[in-house]
Amino acid sequence: MFDKTVAALSVALRRKEISSVELTRAFLERINKYKDLNAFITLEPERSLAQARAADARIAQGEAGALTGIPIAQKDIFCADGWLTTCGSKILSNFVAPYDATTIEKFNKAGAVCLGKTNMDEFAMGSSNETSYYGVVKNPWNTAVVPGGSSGGSAAAVAARLAPAATGTDTGGSIRQPASLTNLTGLKPSYGRVSRYGMIAFASSLDQGGPMVRTAEDAALMLNVMAGFDPRDSTSVDEPVPDYTKSLNNDLKGLRIGLPKEYFSKGLSSEVAKVIETAIAEYKKLGAQVVEISLPNSQLAIPCYYVLAPAEASSNLSRFDGARYGYRAKDYTDLLDMYCKTRAEGFGAEVKRRIMIGTYALSAGYYDAYYLKAQKLRRLIAEDFRRAFESCDVIMGPTTPTTAFKIGEKSDDPVAMYLSDIYTISVNLAGLPGMSIPAGFAPDGLPVGLQLIGQYFNESRLLNAAHCYQQVTDWHKRMPKGFD
Amino acid sequence: MEWETVIGLEVHAQLLTKSKAFSGAATKYGAEPNTQACAVDIALPGVLPVFNIEAARMAVKFGLAIGAAINHRSVFARKNYFYPDLPKGYQISQYELPIVAKGQLTIDVDGVEKVIGITRAHLEEDAGKSLHEDFHGMTGIDLNRAGTPLLEIVSEPDMRSSKEAVAYLKKVHELVRYLEICDGNMQEGSFRCDANVSVRPKGEKKFGTRAELKNINSFRFVEKAIEFEVERQIDLIEGGGKVVQETRLYDSDKDVTRSMRSKEEAMDYRYFPDPDLPPLVITEDFIRGVEKTLPELPDAKRARFMKDYGLTAYDAGVLTASRELADYYEQLVRESGSDPKIAANWVTGELAAFLNRDNKDISASPVTVGMITGLLKRLADNTISGKIAKEVFEAMWNGEGDADAVIAKKGLKQITDTGAIEKVIDEIIAKNPKQLEQYRAGKETLFGYFVGQVMKATQGKANPAQVNELLRKKLSA
Repeated sequence: MFDKTVAALSVALRRKEISSVELTRAFLERINKYKDLNAFITLEPERSLAQARAADARIAQGEAGALTGIPIAQKDIFCADGWLTTCGSKILSNFVAPYDATTIEKFNKAGAVCLGKTNMDEFAMGSSNETSYYGVVKNPWNTAVVPGGSSGGSAAAVAARLAPAATGTDTGGSIRQPASLTNLTGLKPSYGRVSRYGMIAFASSLDQGGPMVRTAEDAALMLNVMAGFDPRDSTSVDEPVPDYTKSLNNDLKGLRIGLPKEYFSKGLSSEVAKVIETAIAEYKKLGAQVVEISLPNSQLAIPCYYVLAPAEASSNLSRFDGARYGYRAKDYTDLLDMYCKTRAEGFGAEVKRRIMIGTYALSAGYYDAYYLKAQKLRRLIAEDFRRAFESCDVIMGPTTPTTAFKIGEKSDDPVAMYLSDIYTISVNLAGLPGMSIPAGFAPDGLPVGLQLIGQYFNESRLLNAAHCYQQVTDWHKRMPKGFD
Repeated sequence: MEWETVIGLEVHAQLLTKSKAFSGAATKYGAEPNTQACAVDIALPGVLPVFNIEAARMAVKFGLAIGAAINHRSVFARKNYFYPDLPKGYQISQYELPIVAKGQLTIDVDGVEKVIGITRAHLEEDAGKSLHEDFHGMTGIDLNRAGTPLLEIVSEPDMRSSKEAVAYLKKVHELVRYLEICDGNMQEGSFRCDANVSVRPKGEKKFGTRAELKNINSFRFVEKAIEFEVERQIDLIEGGGKVVQETRLYDSDKDVTRSMRSKEEAMDYRYFPDPDLPPLVITEDFIRGVEKTLPELPDAKRARFMKDYGLTAYDAGVLTASRELADYYEQLVRESGSDPKIAANWVTGELAAFLNRDNKDISASPVTVGMITGLLKRLADNTISGKIAKEVFEAMWNGEGDADAVIAKKGLKQITDTGAIEKVIDEIIAKNPKQLEQYRAGKETLFGYFVGQVMKATQGKANPAQVNELLRKKLSA
């Protein structure tokens, strides 16, 4: 049962083969059994079971939707009324959210069960889940390696079958990179597709929530609930939301796949390259054509991102000052001392590093050279994609340059850590939808993800391409040893 | 050496929207602390701002009234600084692209007109308040005001005296109230002003180093603070010193300005476009829609009052000082059908005096247009004299009813019956044989004495014209 997809569980629930209470209880027990993975920050079994009971009542009345009764692990970046919501930080270690994020509200309305709040890099800043105040998360495929980040807890939870589905957020790759490193299907929707209301901001112009699941079909079911315009988020877009399950089985004949030559050059490990090439060959068998494309400004994505994201973050994180909620230092002499100590004690090293980078980039005299220039680069990067999509429908390539690295391997070298997002970051800068799907394994036994990049608001096409691939491959069904 | 003063003003006008600039919380003044602060206002993790378009409507209204171009695309920016009454750690404002571009206002100082340029007007949100008094050793924070929309109106450094500065400030004050976009209440802080002040030798083209004066929240303080500051700067330079660029706080108790922070300590606000808010797009249709709601503006109204009602510039100025007073006056002219000048005399005379005495706004006047209309009717039909009318007005002000009721109750009806007046005159003449003799001997100044005696005997109710005519006849008979 743990290995069942959301789609399968949904059928079982409605056929009353299992109740949501049984399902929720079983997953909670399993979470407890594998708590060494450190995938969750907060569990509230009573709250979860109350939701499960309500879902069962709804199912009994025949009013169930596709997600009614499905336990879903929520990244601890989403505010959920009454739940401790820490964002992986000491500074919010005592913050119980008094309201629901739009995403949480939508899942509640759909009758889903909040199974718990998952571990994450502090304020979503990290690619390994090592910056969390709540400790590192282990990768179920090999507990000596990282699960990726920042949505590392969600990734580990779904990969280890501690939850059938989870939410993640993706600012520079935080859904796709951990999905790739743990053999999951992860989707970062187009910027503006999913409301950011109640999702604690890291970099507002890049952040986007999305599903982390095992199949494209499950991703479609999740996106059906998550997507849509929200009047409380001025950056959400008022575009109609299609039923994403409808187009899953569309024929891929004639699909033009663009392979950016920059994604297959220096820096890509040969093991990963081999897996990706095999996956592309599989797509050809499905009738797709392959065209080589160029994204000439790709190498600028990381420097551009590491100006813009910290700049926004430095401002977004100013509200954590100890005045109204969250952690406040114990002894201080005056207001300035309270601010300094609270933030010095409340934030971890990576968060402080980014606040400092961002503050610097926005300072008088540096603004033009850094922030403004980065904004120009951002437009160039978006323009690269626009031009590329003139000759292809979907862009494919590796999600990450290597498989999961060892815990501690890159934690002292931030630049090496930042480079693990080299293929994902430009998608956020352009605001496009991107996916990572299981594509095979490297000789070390660690999973490799294939990245799919689509055109604005064309998540359907990505899900369709992913689903067809999953009909002819079984990588996504593989389970880490010791969790079966 | 002769010195010239250079002044530019920054006005913060709280906009009269029902809800806040970026949240749905109410903006009403005076509620219990923190009862009008929602999740967005207290900057909980995860919340986002949504712009209240009503604030843009009001800003556009102002822009049109000062003849400014409206920017079709303006950008919200974050002004970053830490302070407990600023919950997000940044204020949402507009920086490089404000909603209202260059415009102007004409002021009048001692009959001389002068055009003052307005550089820009931009939208921003207000901060909360720190309460230092009520909490021993601690500071309380009230976030009710946090997020209230403000229009910051920045003038050019076009003013050359404190008088001009006050005239400009009054003009802006009058305008925002006319437009009904700000209540103009300076005590409650809904209309605030900072002044940039510098001096330079007369004839010099280059500006001197300026000081920014804060906390000058009354017309009188603006005048006094600028005067103090100008004197301070001149003394400093003449004494061999140099003015430093700094922010100074006006202390109204001691009537001095004090240094708050120097340019070196000036904050770097790290402005950048707010990524939570798309650029504010104002279409031509939107502007035309707002244009239709523009009322007649003060200058136009003044000119019309002088032309249509034959009023002096002074009377027209008093009557158009507020839209409500002007409306009151026009309604009175319309309803009473009386001479506009007589109506003006009553409004600028008795009514203004009583409003002033009791510190009341025209909207709270106990004497309504209908009541003055009734009074003017009784004046016109000779029921009462002008003198009695003032007595009636006071009674109406005190809530004793309308003119007819007061006249009836107090028996103030004018005596116009010739027989009755003659009777009184005869009695007075009979009682004053000595004065009669002197009058007839040529001491004509005694005529006034007789009039006074008759009026006294009739408690002022005898028709003065008739008294004059009859007395003259009888005395010379």
